[in-house]
Amino acid sequence: MKSIVCIKRVPDSEARIRIAGDGRSIDPSGVKHVMNPYDEVALEEALRLKEAAGEGSVTVVSVGPEASKEILRTALAMGADDAVLLQCAGSPDGLAIARALAAEIGGRERDLVLFGKQAIDDDNMQVPAMVAELLHLPCATVVVELEIADGHAVARREVEGGHEVIEFDLPGVVSAQKGLNEPRYPSLKGIMAAKKKPLEVRDVELPESKVQILSLEEPPARQSGDVVGGGAEAVPELVRRLRERALL
Amino acid sequence: MPAGRVLAFAETRDSALRPVAGEAVTAARELAEALGSPVDAFLLGPPGIAREAAGLGAYGADRIFVAENEAFSSYAPDASLRLCAEILGRETYSAIIFPASAQGKDLAPRAAAMLDRGLATEVTGLGAEDGVPVAVRPVYAGKAIARVTFTDLPALISVRPNVFRAVKRPGEGLVESVEVAPEPSSQRVKGIETGERETLDVSEATVVVSGGRGMKDPKNWAVLEDLVDALGEHATLGASRAVVDAGWRPHVEQVGQTGKVVSPTLYFAIGISGAIQHLAGMRTAKTIVAINKDAEAPIFQIADLGIVGDLFEVVPALAAEIRRVHAES
Ligand SMILES: Cc1cc2nc3c(=O)[nH]c(=O)nc-3n(C[C@H](O)[C@H](O)[C@H](O)COP(=O)(O)OP(=O)(O)OC[C@H]3O[C@@H](n4cnc5c(N)ncnc54)[C@H](O)[C@@H]3O)c2cc1C
Ligand SMILES: Nc1ncnc2c1ncn2[C@@H]1O[C@H](COP(=O)(O)O)[C@@H](O)[C@H]1O
Repeated sequence: MKSIVCIKRVPDSEARIRIAGDGRSIDPSGVKHVMNPYDEVALEEALRLKEAAGEGSVTVVSVGPEASKEILRTALAMGADDAVLLQCAGSPDGLAIARALAAEIGGRERDLVLFGKQAIDDDNMQVPAMVAELLHLPCATVVVELEIADGHAVARREVEGGHEVIEFDLPGVVSAQKGLNEPRYPSLKGIMAAKKKPLEVRDVELPESKVQILSLEEPPARQSGDVVGGGAEAVPELVRRLRERALL
Repeated sequence: MPAGRVLAFAETRDSALRPVAGEAVTAARELAEALGSPVDAFLLGPPGIAREAAGLGAYGADRIFVAENEAFSSYAPDASLRLCAEILGRETYSAIIFPASAQGKDLAPRAAAMLDRGLATEVTGLGAEDGVPVAVRPVYAGKAIARVTFTDLPALISVRPNVFRAVKRPGEGLVESVEVAPEPSSQRVKGIETGERETLDVSEATVVVSGGRGMKDPKNWAVLEDLVDALGEHATLGASRAVVDAGWRPHVEQVGQTGKVVSPTLYFAIGISGAIQHLAGMRTAKTIVAINKDAEAPIFQIADLGIVGDLFEVVPALAAEIRRVHAES
């Protein structure tokens, strides 16, 4: 089982986001960055598939700044075999990232290409299906259950009110939703071993982003509202207010 | 040069249009008005779906392209792309609008890669500048709002459910059928498995009742189910991650950064503290009601209305009062 897992460096979900002086980007100072949480799930799945098969490899690939080496090291410590950083500046749009990843992945031997369902910075939710389309591979997104046997995959993906079942022959693309598995923490032994694993860094020239950011703003502040009262006695007043707003 | 038309993808399931289809057409209509151009829609479904399609005229579709085939009763991504390409060969389009539903979020990026065009997902606002679409979308889990434009047209856009409320107006669309052969695809969509009963999805309900760790025990959900019942058929249950992680509720109900983003008209946060990752999923709700025994809980900072109190007293009283006023009117 040879898998490639695409991972992205993103601000931690707790991070306070401040808009930079240019009004179009995020001020990165003091922001803690981590591996995108869904990508941890994708990586965990690849590691388990390799362990279950008893053979194969897990390669992690990231497009981003030099600092992305940190998350690639984390991935190696979790158990990935080798890592590639396609180094670039700026914040490319989904299609530009997908093209860089497809160019890298297209030339490699692989049974499965795994992604997180969404990167929690741009919240794009588009790179996995784009890469699949560019490489003409079958694809199941937002997967919560994956079975692989004899080169055949059955994936259950989350849809409104249920699960959609998708089947395909490998190679294929899967994007991971939380719940697919519980990602492991890197062990001390893993962290030591990671230092000796290959991490290749290459500069890439990305195509121009077709989606251009005009401005970035803070969300309109929500007025904190009224506490209408305490306990069950306050219920009639709450219901009156909801009726006033034509909500009931 | 006149602006191109706007094309909307009208999602179907089980031989019927889904509610988000009307929303996509409504959003397309809004954008088309800013551009001064007509609206077309396209859809696939099993034989007979054309009858349903005519209804899209009421949301503002001037023309509706329909491909019918037995094979299209399940989601058919490859055939959908072929239909889309066929339509784009006929007319000039400035934008293609998809719903940011499970299907739309899977299909739109495939279309963007096929057409080599940019895609803005989960859009909450639409307009145009100099004949080019401008889309507004939350990023960083809603901690920032981006305005984006596109270097090439058509611009691909998916719209967040419940934001562009489907608006009916007088008018009929012209239905045109298009042949799309169900060629073998590299993947088979085997259809959808639902639980014992198909519940309204939390991302599509207009009223959401979410419970958190303050519920104490999964058995206590009967209290929330009763409130949902009192609120009516557009209401459904949601949950915080704490209770999903505890195995009390299924992940499909989770609201927040690693769950679903919801924009209902009315959101109840019951026994939920209001952690930043939870707020990421519901801060765009029109009205937020918090019920929590801790007056200092952060949820009260963004709630429009709140009651400080024990949920086990407040929620049953609330369900009873709602039933009482409904019975009166
Ligand atoms: C990467 C990451 C992603 C995350 N994603 C999500 C996400 O998608 N969604 C999400 O919800 N969380 C998410 N979280 C978790 C989040 O940080 C919080 O831990 C979680 O939201 C807390 O859930 P809660 O409000 O139910 O529980 P608590 O924070 O424990 O709050 C329980 C509340 O119930 C109240 N209460 C207790 N008893 C009663 C009573 N009898 N009557 C009334 N009120 C009562 C308490 O006062 C308290 O405010 C994420 C965290 C991380 C690190
Ligand atoms: N810069 C990147 N480098 C590597 N993988 C990425 C990158 N951006 C996105 N991905 C992958 O695509 C998934 C979905 O991202 P997105 O479409 O941006 O929400 C992520 O969870 C990653 O697996």
